[in-house]
Order: sequence, then structure tokens, then C-alpha cells
Amino acid sequence: MRLFGADILPLAAEHIVLALVPVLLGLVISLPLGWWAWRSRGARRILLPLTGVLYTIPSLALFVVMPIVLGTRILDPVNVVVALTVYAVALLVRSVVDGLDEVPSEVLTAGVAMGYRPLGLLVGVQLPLAVPVLIAGVRVAAVSSFSLVAVGAIIGQGALGALFTQGFERFYTAQIVFGLVSILVLALVVDALLMLLGRLLAPWAAARAPKKQGV
Amino acid sequence: MLSSLIAWFGAPAQWSAAAGIPTRLLQHLGYTALSVLVGAVIAVPVGLYIGHTGRGRLLVVGLANGLRALPELGVLVLFVLLLGLGLTPVVLALMLLAIPPLLAGTYAGISGVDPAAVDAARGMGMTERQILFGVELPNALPLMVAGLRTATLQVVATATIAAFVSLGGLGRYIVDGQAQRDFTQMAGGAILVALLAIVLEVALQGVQRAVTPGTRARPASDPATPAVGKPDTVTAGG
Repeated sequence: MRLFGADILPLAAEHIVLALVPVLLGLVISLPLGWWAWRSRGARRILLPLTGVLYTIPSLALFVVMPIVLGTRILDPVNVVVALTVYAVALLVRSVVDGLDEVPSEVLTAGVAMGYRPLGLLVGVQLPLAVPVLIAGVRVAAVSSFSLVAVGAIIGQGALGALFTQGFERFYTAQIVFGLVSILVLALVVDALLMLLGRLLAPWAAARAPKKQGV
Repeated sequence: MLSSLIAWFGAPAQWSAAAGIPTRLLQHLGYTALSVLVGAVIAVPVGLYIGHTGRGRLLVVGLANGLRALPELGVLVLFVLLLGLGLTPVVLALMLLAIPPLLAGTYAGISGVDPAAVDAARGMGMTERQILFGVELPNALPLMVAGLRTATLQVVATATIAAFVSLGGLGRYIVDGQAQRDFTQMAGGAILVALLAIVLEVALQGVQRAVTPGTRARPASDPATPAVGKPDTVTAGG
């Protein structure tokens, strides 16, 4: 499908990959880090402010600095993936800690009494109960990832963001609006799918959620 | 790489010329301050109203979530094409990014004030205006500053992109460096932007701490806040 002189579907596919692979990698990295920060007060004191600082770095700056850190070339998509993974980790470590904090201590004590070892307790008890908080974090990470990928267009790696840079060069408003709408729609579809996944993994949370607003 | 970066930062012209680092830094801060200010002028009164009356709550939640998905670069270039090159479209686009966190922070701060305190103020004969500015606003300040912090960071980051639409600011180094294949200049600009963002974040964190009264004042046995499993009280698996 050709629109505005560009093949849209490959661009959209590239956008989805560039946006979601970092979230997935970020989650894989955040789970052990978050668990460590939850267990040890020292780790928490170092990790949470550190992720805060990482999240503070503007995306364009991070894209540009990546080649220095990684030794990649400036036009390598790996730069965008790693930079967005850094953001995902920065967001999700806190989500993991918050999610694990949500698990009542009685439940943990009961789990220990039933003979769960630390890893079994984590996988069998803590993580399932932390799902609602985790999914909320993953949704924020995924949605912002879709809009951040577009910034990469300035350094020539932005997938659908190229519609913005090209539209700007050609003074072509329709192309820019099309780019905005398509990125927005992709992000919202992924957000809705993640919400459904959350409902499937933690059906009790939807029933309990309204109570929280009263606090 | 490192030596060329040091040379880039060390060049005297970098610090004195009309388009040197201090000028770019001031431009960047100027765009940021102006956009956040304009955003606050709109978002804070609306947030105060929604927080005080409880009307339009869905608007805040919808805005805060929906605008997060909006790609900043697209909004910026669209505004420039519609309004022409210059400061106005950039400030409008940046303002749009500042509004959701400011609105959400103000709303959450005001609506989170203990209803008993509001009732007591009303019982003492305070007018609605006195309640809003004398009771709710001071109590909401920490969350409002948290909103200001998020808004500022978002705007500082996006102000970098303003260089792409021919404005100044620290993003100039990244965009010009890209055009001239001068990676040293790009990296230098990126480091400056990152430092600026971190300094602002730390400064606003300080402000937030300064306006937050002792948060540990609430008694531990408060029935409204059930004890949540604290990590250090449980050594999982022993």
C-alpha cells in the first residue's frame, strides 16, 4: 500500500517492532531488578533514583548518545531499540516494586509456611498478584514508546515518524495528520490489547478496582 | 571520540559567540518556561475547578491518557505548517504537552484533600473561595508541584525537537550536527540537553520536597491505611 510516496505497511510494521521490542526487553530486565529493589532497601535506594535519572534524559539526546555507548553507527536501528529499552526499564522497575509491594504480607507468610522457596513464591504467588500494577506500567511504557519511536525520524530512524519529517519538508499537512492518526491508532489498539491481557491474567482486579478511587 | 568532545566543549567560541552554548541554553530555558507558564495559566484554574466541584473528572483522565500517545514530533510539525515558522506554533505545541500533567496534578491534589478538613472549614463559615484557596490549595501543593515537574521535563525534552522546525535551543546542535555529519556536535548537544533535564529534575524535586510537609505525621495505626506488606519485614523463604 503506497501512500504519500512511501510504503505504509512496512513502515507501520517497523514502527510496531521498534516500539514493542523495547517494552518486552524492558520487562525482562525489570523483573529481576525490581525484585532485587523490593527485597533490599539498599538496592532500592540506588535503583529507583537511578531509573528516575535515566527517564529524565530526553529521547533525542539518548538516541544520539547511544552510538558512543554501544559503538554502533548513528543510523543503526539498534540505537532506538536500546534507548527505548532504557526508558521501559526506567518505568517498569518502579512498577515491579510497586506491584510486589501490593502483595499482602499475610499472603507471603502463608506462602512461606506452605513451603514455597523464594523463586517459587515469586513466580507462583507474588507476580500473579502483582499483575494489575505491572500491566498498568506496561501500558504506559508501550503507549509512550509508540510516540517516542517517531522522534527517531530526526536522526533518520523513525519508522512512521518519517511521515512527519517528509511532510514538513514538503509542506504537506495531510501527510502529517495521517502520521499522527496512524501512530495514535496503533498505540491505542496495543493499549486496549494490553488491558484485555490484564483482565485475562487478573480477572479479580477489574471487580476490585472501583474501590480504589474512593481512597 | 572523547577527545574531540572535550575539544568541542573547550573551544572558546562555543562559550562566547552569539550562537554559543550560553545563548542556546537560555533559548532552550526560555521556550520551556514560556510553554509551561502558558500551560499552567490554562490547566491550573481548570484543575482547581474540577477538583473543587468534582465535575468533569472523566475529562482529566481521558486527556492525561490520550495525550500521552500523541507523537510530539507530529504535533510540532503540524502546528508549524498550520501557523508558519516562528515561536508561536512551538510554544502552542509544547503547551499542549504541559497541560495534561499540570491538570492531572492540580485535580488530584485538590480532590485528594481530606473531606473532613473541607467540612470543618465549611462549618467554620469559610466561603467556597476561602476553602479553595485557604484549605484545598495549600494541601494540594505537593501534587501540583509533581505535575509541574512532569510537565517541565516533558517540555524540556520536546523543546529539543524545536530546532527541527528552525528554532534555536540546544536541539540546534543535534539537528545541525546531523545535517553536517558532525557527530561530535550532535553528541555535545545531546549531553547538554541531558544535563539540563537532570538539573531541572533535581531542582524541582527539591521544590516538591520543600512544599511537602512531614508525610510521616500520620499515625501508623490509622485504620484508613491498612498495613501493606513491607519488603524488609518479610524475608521471603528465610
